[in-house]
Formats: sequence, C-alpha cells, structure tokens
Amino acid sequence: MSKTLYERIGGEPAVSAAVEIFYRKVLNDYRINRFFDNVDMDKQIDKQKAFFTMAFGGPNNYTGADMRKAHAHLVEIGLDDSHFDAVMEHLGATLVELEVPDTLIAEAAAIAESARKDVLGK
Amino acid sequence: MYKLTIGEKTYYCQPGESVLDTFLRENVNISFACKKGTCHSCIVRSPNILPPESAQVGLKNTLKKLNHFLACLCHPEQNMVIKLPDQSEFYTEGTVVVNQLLNRNTLLLIIAFKDAFEFNAGQFVNLQRPDGLTRSYSIANIPQASNTLEFHIRRLPDGRFSEWLHDEIKTGDTIAVSEARGHCFYLPERKEQGLVLAGTGTGLAPLAGILTDALGHGHSGPIYLFHGSREVDDLYWVDEMRILAEQHQNFYYIPCLSGEHVPEGFTPGRVNEVALATLTDLKDWRVFLCGHPEMVNQMKKMTFLKGASMKDIYADAFLITAT
Repeated sequence: MSKTLYERIGGEPAVSAAVEIFYRKVLNDYRINRFFDNVDMDKQIDKQKAFFTMAFGGPNNYTGADMRKAHAHLVEIGLDDSHFDAVMEHLGATLVELEVPDTLIAEAAAIAESARKDVLGK
Repeated sequence: MYKLTIGEKTYYCQPGESVLDTFLRENVNISFACKKGTCHSCIVRSPNILPPESAQVGLKNTLKKLNHFLACLCHPEQNMVIKLPDQSEFYTEGTVVVNQLLNRNTLLLIIAFKDAFEFNAGQFVNLQRPDGLTRSYSIANIPQASNTLEFHIRRLPDGRFSEWLHDEIKTGDTIAVSEARGHCFYLPERKEQGLVLAGTGTGLAPLAGILTDALGHGHSGPIYLFHGSREVDDLYWVDEMRILAEQHQNFYYIPCLSGEHVPEGFTPGRVNEVALATLTDLKDWRVFLCGHPEMVNQMKKMTFLKGASMKDIYADAFLITAT
C-alpha cells in the first residue's frame, strides 16, 4: 500500500510544527482574525491540528455535516469565499516555509479545497 | 487481556481494542470525538503507572508527567487503574497553622498535613467548608518536609468562601483539601530556556511556587516575573521578590501598577502591556500566566504571536464563582 500524504509529510510532529506557523499567520491576518476572537487557544490549536491532519489525508473522521455545523455561526457573521481563500493562502505559505515539496502542497491544497462548500454552508 | 479499573468497576480490554473502545463498548460515560488522538476530548489519567508513550503523543509535558493520556490511542500493556476527568475527589483534612494578612485584602493561609501531600508547585486544590461549599485555590509553596500548603486568599466583595476564611477560620481549625490538580507547573528540563511569569493579584501564588521551584532546580535561563495590580497596597511580597532578584542574577522582578499613583520602583501600566513591551521575542520561551481571565487570554494569544510555542504556554485563569 502506498503511503498517505500524511505519512509522507512526516505524521504528527509535522502537523504540530505546521499548525503553529499557520495559526500565527491566521491570527496576524486582519482579513480573518476576527473569526478567531473569543476562542480558547488550546482548543483552537487542537482544531487546527485536526484541519491539517485532514488536509494531509491523515486519520480524521470529519464529515461534511460536521464542517457545516462547526462553521454555521461564522457564516452567519459573514464568512465567505474571500476568507476561505485567505486560509488557503496561509496553508500554502506554511507548507512552503516548511519546505514541503510542491507536489505534496498541491495535494494538500486539493484536499482542503474539497471542504469549501461545507465550510461556507453552500 | 488487561483489566481496566475505574473506581469500583472493572472492565476487560479485548485484544486490539483501545481503552476508549473498551469504555464505549461497556457504556462508560466518557467524552470523545475524533478517536484519532487529535481532538484530546478523551483525555484520562493513570494515577499509578506510566501509560504507553504512544498514548501521550501531542500532550503538554506537564500533562505527560501527571500520567495523562488519550484513551483512544492507548493499547494497554498491563492492568490499569484509570481516572476520568470528572471523577469525584478524595479530600484530606489539614490543620490551619498560619493565618495572617499579606496586605489589606489578602490572607496568607498555611495548612499542615500529617502525611506528605503530593503536588507540583503551581498546581491548585479545592478547599471545602463543612457545609460543602468548595472553591479552588492555587498552592504558593513548593513540596517540603513540613508537609504544608500555602495559599493567598483575596477577600472578594460578598465572597462567601473568602469571607469565611478571612473572618472565621482560626489557627488550629481543620479544613478539607482535595488532591492537587492542574498542569500549570515547572518541569526541570531545558534549564537554559527563558521563563516569563505574569500574574495579577493573588495570581502571584502559583507563580511564586513555580519561581521557587525553578530557582531551586538551578534554572539558568532568564526568569521575568511581572506582578500587577491597580494600587500599590494591593501588591504583596514586593520586598521578598526584590531580595530574590538581588540574590539571583537571572531573575528579574517587575511590579506593575495600572492605577494613577505609581511610586518610584514600580512600572506604570497593565501587567500584560508591560510584559509584552519588555520582551519582544519569545521564541523558545516558556510562559506561565495566572490571574484575571481577560489578561490570561490576551497574554496567551500575544505570547504565542511573539513566538512562544503553544505547548510552552501554561495558563491558569481565575474562576470567579457567582455568590
């Protein structure tokens, strides 16, 4: 069996490293950081880890319905495609910073992209 | 097949099952979500034996040290006694040996125990009044031969529990104390790391314990303690901390006052603002925060943005219980 992207990228330690870089970028981005106000940082980091694990095709059991439910309150206050794009931008930049090969970055981006409709409640 | 014991009940972990699988099969009431070690919902504790390393992946070091682990990742290698997070607590009776004021509204309470009381400096316990009313207080000292625990109790307006401790409790009285809890404490590793300790009011209690512990272990990196309140009369241990700073070249003490009147020797401003202005790059630093919830949350975010890793940020926000 061929290795999953999650394994090729480096598993849990790689995800932890990526999440810290990514989350700093997100919190520093005035376009989207308001969606992350009033959240517990520790819980948020755990969620970002789940997101990255998913983007890398690693073990997760998030369903489209979970994604919709979890983001519904953000859609209500204006979460739209521009914000999703900004998150995708930070995902890409994070992986570039970690020197993940381009082909793997493209794979991860495609998986994350597949959650767009559910996240935005479309 | 290994035995898993929760309180009085015993369950059998079938080959190939994780601890979580067994509990779910047996209808044990345990919270869980991802079942893959990501969400940390199913965190539990093994008080007596070290859990398998693979079941502790991604946990904070202090949680690892207390034998916390993720039930979903744990394939037992021996019989285990397991404590669920919300399991009822065991209380020990202690005797009040000191109660004296540290400043106009803060009481130093020292409780002595017959036997050794197990804790890490910086953890908290629940104190219980005979009628069952319970409040959490941080421990201000380090484990020592005298088997005592020190607490700093601020008198809260209409605070039923703090008023009882201030006005009614006398030396010689007994009081029920829970086991120590919380993961905001010092581990003697990476001693060259910089430490930031920031607290408001009686948030100094756990920070003082952590500081004493770190200095006692010969921590060699810089240690900054920022202690804040509105007025100078609400600070305490100012002289004690200044003396410590004279004795230890790597320890810096910065008392901060957010009110209008700021005497010489004190820094004007809120503790979070002063700390963040003083230390601009916190990459590889360890951070301990205790006190007002807003201060703690804001500092958590800001110290992370300044480079501290989330796993190196330990926080303990005050819970103010409505009376």
